[in-house]
Amino acid sequence: MGQIFPRNANLFVRVSIFAGLLGATTLILLIAVFFRSNAYRQVNVAIEQPVPYSHQLHVDVLGIDCRYCHVSVEQSYFANIPATETCMTCHSQIKTESPDLAPVRASYASGDPVLWEKVNRVPDFVYFNHSIHVNKGVGCSTCHGRVDQMPVVWQTQAFFMGFCLDCHRNPENYVRPLEEVYNMEYVHPANQRELGAQLVAQYGIMPPDQLTNCWTCHR
Amino acid sequence: MAQAQPIRTSPQPDPGESYLLEGETYASMSSKIGDVPLVSPLQTSRGWLVGFTISFILLMVYFVSIGWLFIKGVGIWGINIPVGWAMDIINFVWWIGIGHAGTLISAILLLLNQGWRNSINRFAEAMTLFAVACAGMYPILHLGRPWLFYWLMPYPNTMGMWPQFRSALAWDVFAISTYASVSLVFWLVGLIPDFATLRDRAKNIWAKRIYGVAALGWRGSARHWHRYEMASLLLAGLSTPLVVSVHSIISLDFAISQVPGWQVTIFPPYFVAGAVFAGFAMVILLMAPVRKWYGFENYITIRHFDVMAKVMLATGMVVVYGYFMEVWAALYGGSTYEEYLLYNRLYGPSAWAYWGLLFCNAVAIQPLWFKQVRQSIPALIVISLIVSVGMWLERYVIIVISLERDFLPSSWGQYNPTFWDWSLYLGSFGLFFTLLFLFVRVLPMINIFEMRMFLHQEQQRMNRKKHHGEAGHGGATAD
Repeated sequence: MGQIFPRNANLFVRVSIFAGLLGATTLILLIAVFFRSNAYRQVNVAIEQPVPYSHQLHVDVLGIDCRYCHVSVEQSYFANIPATETCMTCHSQIKTESPDLAPVRASYASGDPVLWEKVNRVPDFVYFNHSIHVNKGVGCSTCHGRVDQMPVVWQTQAFFMGFCLDCHRNPENYVRPLEEVYNMEYVHPANQRELGAQLVAQYGIMPPDQLTNCWTCHR
Repeated sequence: MAQAQPIRTSPQPDPGESYLLEGETYASMSSKIGDVPLVSPLQTSRGWLVGFTISFILLMVYFVSIGWLFIKGVGIWGINIPVGWAMDIINFVWWIGIGHAGTLISAILLLLNQGWRNSINRFAEAMTLFAVACAGMYPILHLGRPWLFYWLMPYPNTMGMWPQFRSALAWDVFAISTYASVSLVFWLVGLIPDFATLRDRAKNIWAKRIYGVAALGWRGSARHWHRYEMASLLLAGLSTPLVVSVHSIISLDFAISQVPGWQVTIFPPYFVAGAVFAGFAMVILLMAPVRKWYGFENYITIRHFDVMAKVMLATGMVVVYGYFMEVWAALYGGSTYEEYLLYNRLYGPSAWAYWGLLFCNAVAIQPLWFKQVRQSIPALIVISLIVSVGMWLERYVIIVISLERDFLPSSWGQYNPTFWDWSLYLGSFGLFFTLLFLFVRVLPMINIFEMRMFLHQEQQRMNRKKHHGEAGHGGATAD
């Protein structure tokens, strides 16, 4: 009976065991890293808008409150995108000739809304309500980041479910006094855990076993 | 070395007649069994082609059923609240139960040094693997969003969540995946010396190479055999608890709930016995034609069928005891719902299933007490078929009848299987038989080296017996 394999066949087989394991591990890791990557999740990617609107200018320099435009945030699940009329409250008087604002004026004249691009998204199967969060002491910047520093808005969070659960499991780590909710520069104090626990009790935030019920977010 | 005495080579304890027919040699066994997979593809027998074609068509039925399920969702089945589990879980439990016979034969009977297992263990293990493959698909398919099945595994995910470890459904995942992987490794390790035989017997250079790679460089040295025996012993030890644990855990899917008819403490042993019962019925059903078609009557003799029928009868009686205990629990427990469940099983709209299962699993196996029945292949085939149907009905009774009538009469319902329920079940036979036909075509379906060893042991045993008999006879005359 002749040889059917070359002399180095055994070595090849032994190496291939480790190479196979290494290859499989690497592949799984690469897939995991890819789906968590900011590039895939569009985190820190500035989204171009039909109008070059700058939050930095309006919030930081001019000092307009979030709720001037996002009126419904305290009453509704949705922090509304302002209507053209909201822009025109000022821009009918200020910068009336600016070419950058031409789409806004056109929208005002025709009645068709400006087609703003949505930046912060949660999936369809998530029931997210802005009003409950801002009324229980979760600040805008906790999820949206320093929007007052953004000339063009980008997502600062990938909004993984782990991100939501982190706070739903330990709300005392994140809640702030109600009067600080719209403060973009708010920094958690050193005694956040004590203050947080106190605020959780004061605002009647549900215990974690209820906050982490599937039904809380998936209805 | 002394304590590492391999089980396989220990003398056989059995006092009865030889399990193998006369006139076999090591060489005749190697060629008879080993040449089946080595036939050139162009000379494949017509019977195999016909069988494979039918199985393959059924496999396509399976794929179409799955495809339509993926498109439309589980609404294409007849399930609806209150009957949220029906054919999907019935067939899952049915298939995985069938697999248990293979593990019992390969692991427990190896540890118990039952030499007759050598003739059937390879085939039964293959049956186990394919049955587990059929079974394993059902829980995934019934998920609603089957493409997210990996959520059942505990891996570091972006959701920041673990599976619910307190749920029996999560235990299922571990039980079945462990079972499938240990069975696969055991089966493949068992094939290594036979791969080497095929490599050495093959004429075609590619067949030589393919079987050669699979043989992992096996040369049959004493060191190889020593390690091989240790490995089989360890794997048999690993598989042994699995025979008991897998179906116990599956029974807990029901037993840890509160549904009347599910919350029964006897479920784990009763399910395990039922699994072995159904599994041996399937082994008999498959072995009878295979041994005929491939001319293996010398290896799988009527004595094997006799022994398998005895195992079937014994486990069947355990199952009957389980039925008795269910009735007893309902009558003695004092729970209205359990009492009503018993009434509903006996006289409700699905009573045909309960009476059918009592006939199939309790009455139909009684002829097995007689040797003439145990040694008649047609009778065994009929009984095994009835048992297979009976075990399916058992799961129907447990799952569907219990769900149709739970605590509140306002939420009672009725389950009617749809076309897609049946097509998926029929299709799973396609998957099973396609794999089985491929197996008998490319792999030795009886363990060649174990048969050679078994032949040696049986010859020794017969010689011992002959001498012993003569000595005893001599003693009697001297007296």
